[in-house]
Amino acid sequence: MNISEYKDVLVFIEQRDGVVEKVSKELVSKGREIANTLGCKCKGALLINDINENLDELFHWGLDELYLVKHKSLGEFMTEPYAKAMTHICKEYKPEIVFFGATSIGRDLAPRVSSRMDTGLTADCTSLDVEEETNNLMMTRPAFGGNIMATIICPEHRPQMSTIRPGVMPMINKDESRPSVITEVAVPFTDADANIEILEVVKHTHELIKIEDANVLVSAGRGIGNPSKLELLGELAEKLGGTVSSSRAVVDAGWTDRAQQVGQTGKTVRPDLYFACGISGAIQHLAGMEESEYIVAINKDDTAPIFDSADLSIVGDLNAVIPELIKLLPNK
Amino acid sequence: MNIVVCIKQVPDTNEVKLDPKTGTLIRDGVPSIINPDDKAGLEAALVLKDKFDAKVTVLTMGPPQADKALREALAMGADEAILLTDRKFAGADTWATSMTLASAIRKLDYDLIIAGRQAIDGDTAQVGPQIAEKLGLPQVSYVKELDRDGEHLFITREFEDRAHKIKVKMPCLITTLAELNAPRYMSVEGIMDAYREKEIVTWTRDDIEIDEEALGLKGSPTRVKKSFTKAVKAPGKKYDVDAAQAAQIILDNLKEKYII
Repeated sequence: MNISEYKDVLVFIEQRDGVVEKVSKELVSKGREIANTLGCKCKGALLINDINENLDELFHWGLDELYLVKHKSLGEFMTEPYAKAMTHICKEYKPEIVFFGATSIGRDLAPRVSSRMDTGLTADCTSLDVEEETNNLMMTRPAFGGNIMATIICPEHRPQMSTIRPGVMPMINKDESRPSVITEVAVPFTDADANIEILEVVKHTHELIKIEDANVLVSAGRGIGNPSKLELLGELAEKLGGTVSSSRAVVDAGWTDRAQQVGQTGKTVRPDLYFACGISGAIQHLAGMEESEYIVAINKDDTAPIFDSADLSIVGDLNAVIPELIKLLPNK
Repeated sequence: MNIVVCIKQVPDTNEVKLDPKTGTLIRDGVPSIINPDDKAGLEAALVLKDKFDAKVTVLTMGPPQADKALREALAMGADEAILLTDRKFAGADTWATSMTLASAIRKLDYDLIIAGRQAIDGDTAQVGPQIAEKLGLPQVSYVKELDRDGEHLFITREFEDRAHKIKVKMPCLITTLAELNAPRYMSVEGIMDAYREKEIVTWTRDDIEIDEEALGLKGSPTRVKKSFTKAVKAPGKKYDVDAAQAAQIILDNLKEKYII
């Protein structure tokens, strides 16, 4: 493999129902920064059936050029048509770096594409840098349930590919003067590419505020005891202008939805205020929330590990403390 | 119907604690378990076996002591177990791991390959889809519900904001979520069988057809440059007071930090 043939950063622009996902804008912003460091271009690949929004914002966040593949098989996500289109673009335009959001779609697609390109893939990265001497991409990710951070390189294969966790790359350096350059790419699809049939799409409607976008999270752990207590937490969240999230144990118990799960196998959040209510603080949970600006923990167990990560620790019964706090808080 | 279930033996990361002073891992005495998503995959295979009389083969790649995970799988009801073990496999990243597993699976009869979504030690979720790619099979990941009708599987695939009801023709590969089911316990009879009647087949590098260059660390495109533990943050203040006082302390602190 002649590594020098490969240049530019390519971001997989993920869309659902024709609307670009926020993580893709985060990755464009990061891709721009890395492209500036390497002195190359930042490009995007959008695979879509129908576009339902103006794409200029992608360029404002840093794209130089967008490869657009429009095809009827690129509506609801199916692995094979997407993998075929991404592989086609990678072979045709030879990027040295490819980013995918570490969403369920990105983490289904990226292994297929990297495998087809016979290159490496680093999963679920939380930080990205360029190594000065070699210009290799340094991809840092949590492993071992968030216990260890590992920095991974892919020195002899191109493209260097990674999936990147939503919510960790800041959106910076917006430039509204950057022009929109869209190049349509034709991919030789065949009927055989649709090797699964999507019979029905069931959209989850209950997700009012996405937890990764909330400024305040009141988060429930197993220690809340029973699901009726979620109402109390919801009341506190409402007073603070936030929403309710939870630990994995609470999701596994069926009390909250997976979309509300914070942690290594859930979402990474960094709100201004994180209320950990009856959360013991398993490392997997901490991995998803320890970057929060201010952490308040309420737990009956004086030895709960969450207290080691909290800015303010209350040893006590949340059923007693939270109603008192709700009384004291002004109405929004 | 032939089902191959790929499992991984992992340290129970829920049992891993951090040394609060040094920030390093305390791994001593941490038990090894079948990775939870893989165990759900095995259960799914056993449910299909109960309904349709399938043959279930479990496959793992790991050190010789990974045979314990295979014995557990046999005791739960798997029919055959294969341990892929060789020093040459060591240090494999997901690319080399999936190459090796795919080479082993090529030797087997299969209609369905099941892998857990992700392992709790590596958390990559890559090996399943990469095996599917090497074998040229359709994949359905994040499987929350599963049923079969003839040569087709009917699957509910769970994404963040939606679920897809999917029909896929076998052979195919699926990756399972731990919440797909509650894995059965080993039965006493199963345990007896697992240790007395059933045997674990061991395959080494010489038992599979694979390029030497694709094995282990040498075959891995990615390298670990460094690993480190995160800096330990100094804990904040802790109060053990009555509820009214506690609420007042929270309020005062939130005001002080201009959060409210």
